Amino acid sequence: MSTKVPADTPLRMEPPISPGAEPFWEATRECRLVLPWCLACERPFFYPREVCPLCLGTAIAWRPATGTGVVYSFTIENRPATAGFSMGKPYVVALVELDEGVRLMGNIVGCPPEKTEVGMPVSVTWEALSDGRHLPLFEPRREENAR
Amino acid sequence: MAGLRGAAAIVGVADEVSPTGELGSSGRALEAAVIKQALDDAGLTLADVDGVCHSASSMGLAEYLGIHPTFTDSTNTGGSSFEVHAEHAAAAIAAGLCEVVVSVYASTPRSDRRDGKPRRRPDLGVNNPLVDWELPYGLRLPMAPYAMAATRHMAEFGTTSEQLAQIAVSTRAWAGLNERARYRQAITIDDVLASPMECSPLHLLDCCLVTDGAGAFVMTSAARARTLAKPPVYVLGAGTCHDHSIISQMPDLTTTPGVISGANAFAMAGITPSDVDLLMGYDSFTITALLHLEDLGFCAKGEGGPFVEDGKTAPGGSLPMNTNGGGLSYTHPGMYGMFLIVEAVKQLRGECGERQLESPEIAVAHGSGIVLSCMSTLVLGTEATR
Ligand SMILES: [Zn+2]
Repeated sequence: MSTKVPADTPLRMEPPISPGAEPFWEATRECRLVLPWCLACERPFFYPREVCPLCLGTAIAWRPATGTGVVYSFTIENRPATAGFSMGKPYVVALVELDEGVRLMGNIVGCPPEKTEVGMPVSVTWEALSDGRHLPLFEPRREENAR
Repeated sequence: MAGLRGAAAIVGVADEVSPTGELGSSGRALEAAVIKQALDDAGLTLADVDGVCHSASSMGLAEYLGIHPTFTDSTNTGGSSFEVHAEHAAAAIAAGLCEVVVSVYASTPRSDRRDGKPRRRPDLGVNNPLVDWELPYGLRLPMAPYAMAATRHMAEFGTTSEQLAQIAVSTRAWAGLNERARYRQAITIDDVLASPMECSPLHLLDCCLVTDGAGAFVMTSAARARTLAKPPVYVLGAGTCHDHSIISQMPDLTTTPGVISGANAFAMAGITPSDVDLLMGYDSFTITALLHLEDLGFCAKGEGGPFVEDGKTAPGGSLPMNTNGGGLSYTHPGMYGMFLIVEAVKQLRGECGERQLESPEIAVAHGSGIVLSCMSTLVLGTEATR
């Protein structure tokens, strides 16, 4: 079902930059996906925050992520959450488990919504935000991108 | 674990709903009206109340009522807030902090929409992970997180849309026996599957209603309860657990923290699932109720689909669930947990008319808040179970 959307309606609500997440968003300016790692636990965590959610440590290093993972779960939203989203067309909201073991939300793009499956290999792709940052999305992993 | 077993009892309940889905009053006036009904039910007056629970503003409520409570609780865990209030109230009464506690809820989203009032949105605030990491993806709330739980359950365990639909069908059959329910006409699995797909795999009829509604309970000590108007309904066990706030942080989308809240509440009560005569399990969506059946131990993890298939939660079945017609067909003003308690108490007292179970002694009210985030389980029982 399509909704008529005025041309000037923003497609997305753009994310703010909360404390602890600055390096994440800085890297997205160059379309790089980085993850916060706790140096004490030697583990990545997500979402970014000022302290490690496992040990409350504050020694955090930002390391590049492979950008590949699999769909943990998803839903096809047939009616947009906000009027302008996806220009009123059905879209996929998914939880993706990255190879590093953290889970994050994203839209699945680059394939018809109904082709999305749990366990589907995906890789990160980017959508430009208005301030030069990019928002990470995911698309089905193509053979040449697979490790 | 002895805990709170039998220390306190619910002695008054009331709820206000309408088959039209709309009520004629709202806000504090509606809260006051339903408190009055619950106090009348108990044979108590406002002067007896020395504890107040409200999911947003226990202080504002007490001021409006003109009372000066010594126990106050504004805990908000979404739809499970009122099970948490009952747990806290029982603990406060057992500890001697207060003697008579009132918890109340009123919300009128349906008539607000009719009157063109702006939809009440939760304050998103600043540094809110939901805004940073989920809303930019067009996440439709509250439906999409539950849909993702259903997708995962289907992929992991082979659960089908037909099995989820059976929960809506069985619950509607209960609503057919309740003249106050919003929707009473019987539905079939095909009706559910033919209703619009909202967030796959959830159809419109897999989703709870949007109605006005209000409810209240009054709790006091076991000793005082025996002197009052109605048979006491004892708090035999209580447990609460939350393991995330936003869906991308939920450790396992097929297992809720009800595993822990339920086990703790059942252990405190000294019961097992086979002792339960009535399950009031928060049915915001069909998948929510299915997860409760597994996580509370009525069936094994992954077996919820086959478990509900034969209609055992419907009238005449071996595990009556949501006998008022549930959030799916009775009422759902936004935070439905209060209505679980009201129905459980009325069933244990034998006040449910056509849908009354035969001499139930133990009922479970299992609240679910936010996006499968906070589970709170109450085990309630009659005098015979104390
Ligand atoms: Zn750490």
